Amino acid sequence: MTLLENKPADIPAPREITTKPRVSDKIFRGVVTAGGLSSLVILGFILIFLAYQGYDVLKAQGFGFITGSAWNVFTDESGNIDYTQTKFGIAAMLIGTILCATIAVVIAVPISVLTALYLSFYAPATVKKFMIAIIDLMAAFPSVLFGIWGFFVLMPSAEYWAKLLHKYLGFLPFFDMQVPVYTRSPFIAGVVLAIMIIPIVTSISREIFGQTPLDRIQAAYALGATRWSMIKAVVIPYGRSGVVGGAMLGLGRAMGETVAVYTVLNIVYQINWQVLLGAGGNVASMILLKFGEAGTGEIKALMAAGLVLFLLTLVVNSIADLIVKSTGAKGR
Amino acid sequence: MDKTATKPSSLSDVAAAKQKKSPGAQSLGVGLEARGVHAWFSGKHVLDGISLDFWSGTVTALIGPSGCGKSTFIRTLNRMHEFIPGAQMAGEVLLDGKDIYESGTDVTKIRLKVGMVFQKPNPFPSMSIAENVLSGLKLAELKVADKDALLEDCLERAGLWSEVKDRLNAHGGSLSGGQQQRLCIARSLAVKPQVLLMDEPCSALDPGSTLKIEETISHLSSSMTIIIVTHNMQQAARVSDYTAFFLSDGGPGSMIEVGPTSEIFSRPRDTRTENYVTGRFG
Repeated sequence: MTLLENKPADIPAPREITTKPRVSDKIFRGVVTAGGLSSLVILGFILIFLAYQGYDVLKAQGFGFITGSAWNVFTDESGNIDYTQTKFGIAAMLIGTILCATIAVVIAVPISVLTALYLSFYAPATVKKFMIAIIDLMAAFPSVLFGIWGFFVLMPSAEYWAKLLHKYLGFLPFFDMQVPVYTRSPFIAGVVLAIMIIPIVTSISREIFGQTPLDRIQAAYALGATRWSMIKAVVIPYGRSGVVGGAMLGLGRAMGETVAVYTVLNIVYQINWQVLLGAGGNVASMILLKFGEAGTGEIKALMAAGLVLFLLTLVVNSIADLIVKSTGAKGR
Repeated sequence: MDKTATKPSSLSDVAAAKQKKSPGAQSLGVGLEARGVHAWFSGKHVLDGISLDFWSGTVTALIGPSGCGKSTFIRTLNRMHEFIPGAQMAGEVLLDGKDIYESGTDVTKIRLKVGMVFQKPNPFPSMSIAENVLSGLKLAELKVADKDALLEDCLERAGLWSEVKDRLNAHGGSLSGGQQQRLCIARSLAVKPQVLLMDEPCSALDPGSTLKIEETISHLSSSMTIIIVTHNMQQAARVSDYTAFFLSDGGPGSMIEVGPTSEIFSRPRDTRTENYVTGRFG
């Protein structure tokens, strides 16, 4: 009875729910936040530095900086850049960057996925342990050694494969070539990059395959699945987005790789879509090539090139993120 | 006192009503036989010499407290046991008189004949309802002339057809838990197993869904052998023809008693069985 009588006439406003955190929690929160933000801040500073240094060049060259492919430096008597004649354009290097990295991903992803499937579902425990250790070691291997190995060991045999590709797939425009110069081509650089990114793509794929829910694997086996049909029906749909993510990380690494490409590739300032032809370059290796002998004005141009590479990587990673998100929902 | 006295008798009435089959009366074949099955996990002995025959066309319920080895036992019956690292077994499991553990046996063929439904509904989330039902054909690389007829037949027998016939292309995950479990049953039926193992198929479901699944089991039992692990004794009494009681006294689990369900629930020979079915422990 009293309950009915005391019933409020109108609905109350929702209450604000708060809690008083303890001091220790506040301190920890501060430490974690600082750690989390520091990487963002460092990245931001690098971006600002590159933009600040490259601003003059980008302003003078305009859009031509990424569409032109000439790099001619003219200076006046006092050593300043003469912008009326100087041409800074990195189109050839940008194309080389994308070309080499794409070749690397095309070669590395199938190998990595197969390796990851073998390690997750076929390898005996001892082999698995051993191979994981080797692959992790490969990820930590200095890139200059990959470059030297690529130059001295891989090149002679890769030249042979390149000739085969040209002979049998020469009707495809990018396998076609007019000048038979097969050494130091984007193809060979791509193969070296592929070997470099295999560990990271393999590790990520293996990690995601290993997380496949056991109940789905068992459901497939209980229906009389063979191991391969189980993998096709359960593991691949589950791991697809993770593999794409891993491939994109590999692509990012391949685009930014400097020393290995510098060692292997014949850096030539011309736009080259023919992957078997010994000419090309990528932005990072060009920066390395020019950096030693560049004057202050040219260094600014190199900073601008660095900025463009930075943004390109950012764009590729954002696209990758979109792909992962759109393919991720299915199969989970 | 009154409560414990009336409960088993009412259960036994239900069980007695079901008790129309006698061993071998409705034999559709030789069936499945376990002979002295032992099991170990990483050297720990968990199952002690289980010998049990499953007659074709009957439902056998395995009951007992948690950790007594019921689930381990049914997993030895279609060789799912060996998936757990460190799992070992001894003894024989005969399907139509042939040992399924014999060397040179194609294990995928065994699992086609002895299907399994798991505790938690586990439809493949990347597949539609129809694809889920027919997934076994793809997985086991089987060919079927009329897929649509098979799809309808399996969903019908699993009691799901009327609920999903208008949305066969929807995702399996869009169904309720009980519907998902019946989808999993339909999926196992598509490869036409002789035996269906059910590992607590209703433990994650609400009473309404449980009832539907029990009806499904009753329908299916005319055409196949069903072995069901359950913690729900009323369920065992409702759906099964035979009941086996498993118990572990801290060591490996063993089978205390097996018999027609009505007898296990009304006149158990062993006092431990009686204590369990009357709800004094477990």
